[in-house]
Amino acid sequence: MKLTLKIWRQKSTDTEGRLVDYVVDKISEDMSFLEMLDVLNEDLIKKGEDPVTFDHDCREGICGTCSLYINGRPHGPTRITTCQLHMRTFKDGETITIEPWRAKAFPVVKDLMVNRSSFDRIIQAGGYVSVNTGSARDANETPIGKEIADEAFNSATCIACGACVAACKNASAMLFVGAKISQLAMLPQGQPERKRRAEAMVAQMDAEGFGACSNTMACVAECPKSISMANIVSLNREYIGAKLTSNQV
Amino acid sequence: MENVLDAKIPEGPLAEKWSKHKFGLKLVNPANKRKYDVIVVGSGLAGASAAASLAELGYNVKCFTFHDSPRRAHSIAAQGGINAAKNYQNDGDSVYRLFYDTIKGGDFRAREANVYRLAEVSVNIIDQCVAQGVPFAREYGGLLANRSFGGAQVSRTFYARGQTGQQLLLGAYSALSRQIAAGKVKMYTRTEMLDTVLVDGQARGIVTRNLVTGAIESHAAHAVLLCTGGYGNVFFLSTNAMNCNVTAAWRAHKRGAYFANPCFTQIHPTCIPVSGHYQSKLTLMSESLRNDGRIWVPKTKEDAELIRQGKKSPLDLKEDERDYFLERKYPSFGNLVPRDVGSRNAKYMCDEGRGVGSTGLAVYMDFSDAIKRDGESVISAKYGNLFEMYETITGENPYKVPMRIFPAVHYTMGGLWVDYNLMTTVPGLYALGEANFSDHGANRLGASALMQGLADGYFVIPYTLGDYLATIGPAKVTTDHPAFKQVEQEVSEHISKIMAINGTKTVDEIHRQLGLIMWDYCGMSRTAEGLEKARMEIQKLKNLFWTDLKVLGTHTEMNQTLEKAMRLWDFLELGALMVEDALTRNESCGGHFREEYQTPDGEAERNDDDFAFVSAWKWEGPDKTQTLVKENLQFENVKLSKRSYK
Amino acid sequence: MNWVNSLLGSNIGRKLVMALTGLFLISFLFVHLSGNFLLLSNDAGAKFNAYSRFMSTAGIIRVLEIVLVAGFLIHIYTAVVLTRKNASRRPGGYAAGNKTPGVSWFSKNMGLTGSLILVFLILHLRTFYFEYHYGTIRQVYYQEQSQGEMATKVKLTVLEEGQIPPSGVDVYKDMAYIAHEAFQSPLYIIAYTIAFILLGAHLIHGFQSAFQTLGFEHKKYSPLISALSWIIGVGVPLGFTIIPVLMKLLNPLYANQ
Repeated sequence: MKLTLKIWRQKSTDTEGRLVDYVVDKISEDMSFLEMLDVLNEDLIKKGEDPVTFDHDCREGICGTCSLYINGRPHGPTRITTCQLHMRTFKDGETITIEPWRAKAFPVVKDLMVNRSSFDRIIQAGGYVSVNTGSARDANETPIGKEIADEAFNSATCIACGACVAACKNASAMLFVGAKISQLAMLPQGQPERKRRAEAMVAQMDAEGFGACSNTMACVAECPKSISMANIVSLNREYIGAKLTSNQV
Repeated sequence: MENVLDAKIPEGPLAEKWSKHKFGLKLVNPANKRKYDVIVVGSGLAGASAAASLAELGYNVKCFTFHDSPRRAHSIAAQGGINAAKNYQNDGDSVYRLFYDTIKGGDFRAREANVYRLAEVSVNIIDQCVAQGVPFAREYGGLLANRSFGGAQVSRTFYARGQTGQQLLLGAYSALSRQIAAGKVKMYTRTEMLDTVLVDGQARGIVTRNLVTGAIESHAAHAVLLCTGGYGNVFFLSTNAMNCNVTAAWRAHKRGAYFANPCFTQIHPTCIPVSGHYQSKLTLMSESLRNDGRIWVPKTKEDAELIRQGKKSPLDLKEDERDYFLERKYPSFGNLVPRDVGSRNAKYMCDEGRGVGSTGLAVYMDFSDAIKRDGESVISAKYGNLFEMYETITGENPYKVPMRIFPAVHYTMGGLWVDYNLMTTVPGLYALGEANFSDHGANRLGASALMQGLADGYFVIPYTLGDYLATIGPAKVTTDHPAFKQVEQEVSEHISKIMAINGTKTVDEIHRQLGLIMWDYCGMSRTAEGLEKARMEIQKLKNLFWTDLKVLGTHTEMNQTLEKAMRLWDFLELGALMVEDALTRNESCGGHFREEYQTPDGEAERNDDDFAFVSAWKWEGPDKTQTLVKENLQFENVKLSKRSYK
Repeated sequence: MNWVNSLLGSNIGRKLVMALTGLFLISFLFVHLSGNFLLLSNDAGAKFNAYSRFMSTAGIIRVLEIVLVAGFLIHIYTAVVLTRKNASRRPGGYAAGNKTPGVSWFSKNMGLTGSLILVFLILHLRTFYFEYHYGTIRQVYYQEQSQGEMATKVKLTVLEEGQIPPSGVDVYKDMAYIAHEAFQSPLYIIAYTIAFILLGAHLIHGFQSAFQTLGFEHKKYSPLISALSWIIGVGVPLGFTIIPVLMKLLNPLYANQ
């Protein structure tokens, strides 16, 4: 396959960027998308041109590091992570536009790499159960119904890639935050800190500069881990409920 | 004896060693803990759990990761599960049985006391993770579910669908996040450790590179914990994440920490085969697939050849034209033989010319019988996500066509040598998780890696570190100390030297070559002759590195090529040591199979009389042969037996 | 009261305000629509005019009117604040745009549909509300005339300027006639229809979205809400637009005059 790539190049956070055209040839359809970029980078290095910087790590769809906005969609045309995307999805001769996630809360570091530390700070605001090592009781003393455990697991599978933010017209992080809030709200372990957690995580989410939710469900349509809309609804419920009933004045 | 290492194993009966040892350890007064700084490098299961637990105790922790977030560490990719001797299933499990299985699975090359402690604290890990809100699989009654994993005879594996590593890591990450919020952990992301700093023979800090700005920085502390994972990427292709590397451990090795059993590498039998020269990594398919998948190759070379050319489909072959080689050779364990045995046999089939796929480097894993027996819906419920992943990557539907699988490098049992307290041979420098060598011997059992990482971080280091800190006292060394300036300068010089090569070869080109050498000669089966050859080839590559490598850009900016180049150099040096290690171990055990040492029917032949020891290697300087130092393994509780899965 | 500020200042709090005011405004639509159906009764506008007068003079309604205006203003103000904030969350945008499939047009264009509805609303108020209160509208009274055994007929009399109505009759401002006149123009009907299609688009997303914002989600009932939002989004505009069409075609008000 021969492809034209339009890739966002930006030297650093503070500099202006632009789309640059590249042509790659002899691309196998069994290659992964990132392997195609590897090929481009090998070519660029050989030619003495600065290779394209992009985030990636496990290349098996679980670490959440890869973050490319391909042809108008986060992670490209299918609902999987970029690293799982294979070139057989594209046609010979196609032009592919590759951009970084764009959000005020995700500043570009270089080229296609962005800074998602805002997600970490939201978790730090309360996305945990306060339990010190060694103080836990026997695991089976806290029975949790299978349905609830399964639902909590579904929420917990979020990989924090940020595709939800990238897809949302408001760059909202509600799906990411909702997934963590609902996971812990469903489980008995999450109860003692339930209200405090909802209030603190939402405050941090807003402070980081993410937009509001318009319930367009673009995030849900793009989430590679199929996190559902129920998580956002649950976040609304948890937050409003906490605000109305907590002792925080 | 000077050349024998003392592991500081406590006296007393096996089951009491840890309890007694804990009591004997010195404690740091609670009010004094805040006077101590601890550096944790890495934020995977071992690193995050250690950093969080130590911060909870009151120490000031600095935690480093080269990722953009601590949650991205490769522990996240572990699929299968985590073992614990809970015996919730009433099927005869016990701490002793988990201990015994792990020692035996490791082919009697692990330290009894460590493995027993691992089995002992395994139960606490599950409690801790559940308390954090880790959503393990459960039964309808609300209690935890277990499965049998990796050929174990009891169901002791706890799991969260096929994403156990992810869920455990997120648990540890949440504990870490809580301590970051509390100000007890200072987190450094996109920061790579490049060297260890010793002051008066004690580890007192590290030198790092800020990956965004390129700045070289020093960090001082009372102790340094390396939780930096394994070095499987020395093979270029492995199931490790792209950024996994040996640099932190290797630089520590060059500062005096001995490197143990480097040649013990685990090759996982069920991975998706290589599809072309551009391949960047290999994807593991969970071992649980072997519970229902039957592994086979065509009986004849002719059929295999036709399949490779695409002239025949596996579906054309009748039952009697297929060779279910694992079931044939190991009737009692069949497809569930340990990883090393399964991998090696797949290789033999391909060596015989009976491999399939376009490259001939694959065997079939067939679910048609299981689908016939249980129905497609049952199989889909068990493995649906794995089947989907396979189809995404290969474009083939495993419900219709047998999966193609091939072994791939998965885990490295070797690592920095540590004593019972997890301290390396450098005082104040510790290694946890896959970065150390301690618990898996020559082969790791399934669902044991997560267990070890968390055991080290949650339940071992919080005790043993205090003993050391209480001994050295709270007096601080700052980064103004000349030792830091010295190491910073050495690191900068190393970087400048790499930037100045300006040759023609890319990092990946050289890395790929190294990987091929390692795979061919130091992989699933090894010979003295092949290893000698590898030694020469690696030397050539090392020369090529310094004469013909091409790294563009500058070192004062985000430069992924430079990052990879530095890691590659450490891999080259490590590769050379792995070859030496494999050459000196004249026996076959676990993941280390030397063709010269096998039974008449092709099974590994261990030599307990001469090799029941840990090989720890001491760095003697660049271009000097490293010295082998032994730690003799004492087996007081288990009888050394031959592993047989027939 | 810090917590109220922090709730209302948060993104979710603002959405909460949108949801509550939105649902309130929908309830008003139903009242309005049910009143409009009086325009189809064959009584020369007697019922409709009586209803108009009640709506314009009854004390409780005047209070509710203030609440309604406040509802509109808060809904609009909060929408403007949210839209402006949201727009600043992705400076620069994407060169390739957004091609996420399955995202409803309605949900992405609430600002657009809302703004156009506002334009219509202003025109609408000008045509009817201001006309009623401040315009010169003909005044009418009704008298019943028996027609044989069973039927009675309502006779409409337009009050001339300076004319004094007979004692015992109620004089009404003839809003029905204003509506009748307005809907004689096909152009007006088209504009009116377009406005209600926009309103429908606004409701199809707005109704279910409001429930999501309020935290209502259930496997059993959420599909019902989603269906209901379509019923409302199609039904309400259909109801509103069918009235002028019928008025134009069948002249129901004055058929018996």
